[in-house]
Amino acid sequence: MEELKKRIEQLEQELKIEKLKNETSSVARPKISQMSSEVVDSNPYSRLMALKRMGIVENYEKIRDYTVAVVGVGGVGSVTAEMLTRCGIGKLILFDYDKVELANMNRLFFQPHQSGLSKVEAAANTLSFINPDVQFETHNYNITTMDNFQHFMGRIKEGSLTNGPVDLVLSCVDNFEARMAINAACNEINQIWFESGVSENAVSGHIQFLIPGKTACFACAPPLVVASNIDEKTLKKDGVCAASLPTTMAIVAGFLVQNTLKYLLKFGQVSYYLGYNAMQDFFPTMMMKPNDGCDDYHCRLRQKEQRESLILNPVKETVSEEIAAVIHEDNEWGISLVDESEPVVEGAHSEIAPGIHAAYDLPVAEEVVEGSSDSVDANVSLEELMAQMKSM
Amino acid sequence: MVDEATRKSLSGIPLLKTKAGPRDKELWVQRLKEEFQALIKYVETNKQQDNDWFRLESNKEGTRWFGKCWYIQDLLKYEFDVEFDIPVTYPTTAPEIALPELDGKTAKMYRGGKICLTDHFKPLWARNVPKFGIAHAMALGLGPWLAVEIPDLIQKGVVVYKEK
Ligand SMILES: [Zn+2]
Repeated sequence: MEELKKRIEQLEQELKIEKLKNETSSVARPKISQMSSEVVDSNPYSRLMALKRMGIVENYEKIRDYTVAVVGVGGVGSVTAEMLTRCGIGKLILFDYDKVELANMNRLFFQPHQSGLSKVEAAANTLSFINPDVQFETHNYNITTMDNFQHFMGRIKEGSLTNGPVDLVLSCVDNFEARMAINAACNEINQIWFESGVSENAVSGHIQFLIPGKTACFACAPPLVVASNIDEKTLKKDGVCAASLPTTMAIVAGFLVQNTLKYLLKFGQVSYYLGYNAMQDFFPTMMMKPNDGCDDYHCRLRQKEQRESLILNPVKETVSEEIAAVIHEDNEWGISLVDESEPVVEGAHSEIAPGIHAAYDLPVAEEVVEGSSDSVDANVSLEELMAQMKSM
Repeated sequence: MVDEATRKSLSGIPLLKTKAGPRDKELWVQRLKEEFQALIKYVETNKQQDNDWFRLESNKEGTRWFGKCWYIQDLLKYEFDVEFDIPVTYPTTAPEIALPELDGKTAKMYRGGKICLTDHFKPLWARNVPKFGIAHAMALGLGPWLAVEIPDLIQKGVVVYKEK
């Protein structure tokens, strides 16, 4: 019965997608094999190719060779994917496990008639209509679980137009777990990526450029927060988890794609960290060095490789706003660990750069207390424990 | 900030030692043993204190967990299915506990029925990696959530008592 229901649901979805395709196919434009800079009203690339004529970008057509993975196709990710599609990116790989809901309609991109469809499928459908020259690959799953994570890493490693690693991964997810999973994958396979985020109160956001071994990874320090200058005490979270504004999301998506274009097409300067405080229209920037004591093994490995390659090919780099990921303060805020009797003290949070602080402070290594005396009895098997738990 | 009741329930849960996630093979088995021992101890303590409120079990890899939790009000037992996956980044990141049948019924949830945790949960978890495990996530996350949200949902008539 359940399975039958699921099957019907699936067929209904497929029907919906087919219908959409039929409606749109009559007006869809044919594919364009080569980008032209000719300024005629039928050329969708003329204004983009003008960047080349004006000397901003050396070789705009290069964009067609690139593959970008967008992880999370929500408020930020869908707009990001649309911008890249309109810019004529070669290939987009979209990851998201969610469905379109009416509750998403305060954001851009998705439309009410798409509710119920998977976000990746609905997005690929709209986007391939906007620009049929772009290749789309979609994955409707949660990347943080074991099986999906392996597959996710595989697609990052082999998903490009030439079956090699993608050129860039853009994290547009809305939770810490997924960011940490992307971070782990990118450190492991040495993949350059961008992090992006909008705060739960919808009035601040950021993008961050992560080059494994060269810049701080997402696990090098506690998550960074752009100060929104709102008194925490007046911020009411009763009754709601998160707020969202289409404006903040679109601004963050704009920053993200602008820096993606700068990185891929080699113009201007790519921001390592760019924050947005909507309350004051304040945009802090900085660059953060990796933490040599980072928790992530592959981050430390990439740092080692980076040091070795610097010895072989010394480059003089001048970054004025470099900041170390970890500020080893004295324990002046009375941060303490929970042991079985001790209270937890909430501390003030280190300011990393003006207007940017850590979401919380971590204890310094020396403080780690020993666990309780209840140690695992080596003679008990996992199966026995599972059975014991089940019989309770 | 952790209140007195939560602190008391935490004190009954053994701390874990092995920092390993589902990608760590043998070490994960060790971690899983610690998880089960901590959970068994926690459930035993809850029973002793007449505050038994959940049961959990996992698939054989220990990556997918499911069970029941319940809340008692006016001598009526309101029971809910609980489920969560262990993320590849566990135990650095906590599991996201979900009550799927309440999805869409309260604003204190993310999509899929994942409960919305307090601002204190994540920093507290981060400071106690790898000592906190699933039992701690239940005690610090789901327990306080049920205590606040269920009475409210009962009052609003969103959750109604079902005769078993
Ligand atoms: Zn790191």
